[in-house]
Amino acid sequence: MNRRSFLFAIVLAFLLSAPLLAVERFPPPDFETNYSFPTTTVPPPRVDQYDYIDAAVLLVALAVATLLIYRKRCRKGVFLLMLLSLAYFGFWRNGCICPIGSIGNIVMSIFDPAYTVPIVVILFFALPLLAALLFGRVFCAAVCPLGALQDLVIFRPLEVPRSVEHLLRLFAWLYLGLAVLFAATGAGLLICRYDPFIGFFRLGDHSSTLILGASFLIIGLFIARPYCRFVCPYGLILRQLGRLSRRFVTITPAECVNCRLCEEVCPFNAIDKPTAPWPQDQFVSDKRRLALLISLLPILVATLAFAGTRLDGILSRSHYTVQLAERVALEQSGVVPDITPNEILAFKKTGRTTDALYADAAAIRRQFRLGGGILGAFIGLVIGLKLITLGVRWRRDEYQAHRAACLACARCFEYCPVRKK
Amino acid sequence: MPQPQPNLTRRGLFGNGLWAAVVAGITGLSAYLFGRTKQAKTVWQIDPDKCVACGNCATYCVLELSAVKCVQVYAMCGYCDLCTGYLDPDPKKLDTGAENELCPTGAIERVFVEDPYFEYNIKEELCIACGKCVKGCEAFGNGSLFLQVRHDRCLRCNECSIAAACPSQAFRRVPADDPYLLKGAKESKPAGESKGIA
Ligand code: SF4
Ligand code: SF4
Ligand code: SF4
Ligand code: SF4
Repeated sequence: MNRRSFLFAIVLAFLLSAPLLAVERFPPPDFETNYSFPTTTVPPPRVDQYDYIDAAVLLVALAVATLLIYRKRCRKGVFLLMLLSLAYFGFWRNGCICPIGSIGNIVMSIFDPAYTVPIVVILFFALPLLAALLFGRVFCAAVCPLGALQDLVIFRPLEVPRSVEHLLRLFAWLYLGLAVLFAATGAGLLICRYDPFIGFFRLGDHSSTLILGASFLIIGLFIARPYCRFVCPYGLILRQLGRLSRRFVTITPAECVNCRLCEEVCPFNAIDKPTAPWPQDQFVSDKRRLALLISLLPILVATLAFAGTRLDGILSRSHYTVQLAERVALEQSGVVPDITPNEILAFKKTGRTTDALYADAAAIRRQFRLGGGILGAFIGLVIGLKLITLGVRWRRDEYQAHRAACLACARCFEYCPVRKK
Repeated sequence: MPQPQPNLTRRGLFGNGLWAAVVAGITGLSAYLFGRTKQAKTVWQIDPDKCVACGNCATYCVLELSAVKCVQVYAMCGYCDLCTGYLDPDPKKLDTGAENELCPTGAIERVFVEDPYFEYNIKEELCIACGKCVKGCEAFGNGSLFLQVRHDRCLRCNECSIAAACPSQAFRRVPADDPYLLKGAKESKPAGESKGIA
């Protein structure tokens, strides 16, 4: 045994008997030479100043998009702006922060008193919403990088029946609700975690995100903008605001002459055809059905709310503290895994008692019970209102862009033969 | 879905009122959050007191080469000859050859200062944030080696992928103008800005 290994053994033996928490076991030496301690470098966040530039670019892009759609009615311009936005917000700025993900930050800052949301994130959240209240979904048309990427791959769009669309969109409602619930309880930012395109924007990421993104793009060849239409929670909010919008996209610059030239051109199935005249004999049965649906609404809401409260076990398991509590409980009950999981190690390092942990976990579970109930009621309301509005007949005499579904992409404009007088 | 009539006047008072209420709601919420905002910008950082050097930092970052790196706080370091962050505790031969180094990429540089002291530097371009040295230093040394998000590399993801995978919830958002949680310098900082992944 030579000197070094002997020393090593001594040191090890000594240290293993010492408490494991880091203490200064070896006091920093007093150097005899005039050695000075180097300082640890602390490079500042990169491209820090970009934040406000981003918000300014967003505002300008929204304004230009509005101009191109309403004033110029020019698809080429919209397309170009869309490419620019994709390059800037997507590939240049790597996709963060985006309005879709900002929903999580906003909700989190409402519920977590310790988290305050950065100003830029507030701007990213609010500006496209306000734009939608004025001019419809101009954000989706030419600013959103996620939408732009999907728009580029539209190859042979198939028509999805309206009823299927309604059904699929329920998934987006559920996703929005879950994202809000997770953000409110502190379980994480769901929308960011499952952002399908962020891997492309960063030009590399974990394979799972890339696969998710690639599948959306492949589906997107035939079902135009699938993420936008059936998943995007922000798009869902924009849809509702689009209904209230001050101005809205019109296919024709003047009067619709019912030439039907635009009938098939919308890849998003957002053009409403004129309705057939109202069959008088159905009036009574329609009315009865409507009354039935309206009376069904509270039952639906109550049932789903109850079901939601039952999901607290599954849902709350997404929260770190609940997971940890379960692991610790498992360890305490004697099922000892071969390797101590890092979670348990970390928990022991904090020096907290298991009781405090269990209490925290139980509190979070209660939050999920309440939240799950609200989520269930909300989904019930959505389904109920959908059924009711589907039962109502609306009268239309001309071809119109659906206010909620229209992404304001301007494709149909050039198909309308009517010119402005 | 309701198809509102093209004629503006027919939208009636209800539509206008709803519109105004929604606009007021969004601006009101923004103004409220704006008023509460303490820091203009935040970045992700690792609390070294919570981190257990599990190795996730090496693999979960969205960057090919993790934005997390090991840092050395020299004032805490013991400058030990037998650095337990540098040397494999079970060396094959008793020298500082690469096979005896703990670091898989040889990212730690050992510089002789004076007998018997050595300075240990991290070559950041080589460090992959595996945390092996951190574990070694913390277990038997002073814990002067620890992991930090290096902000010249970090992309500032809205939800840090490592944070979501961190078993110790060591990640948290910190103000961008004070973006490091260096050991030995934290006493002055208010504890617990925000929940880890949340
Ligand atoms: S629906 Fe969502 S993803 Fe699609 S363009 Fe709009 S905001 Fe972007
Ligand atoms: S994931 Fe967390 S515990 Fe693991 S090394 Fe990184 S900061 Fe430390
Ligand atoms: S052992 Fe791991 S964490 Fe430490 S310097 Fe080497 S690569 Fe970095
Ligand atoms: S924020 Fe993104 S880039 Fe930075 S350390 Fe986390 S995962 Fe890596």
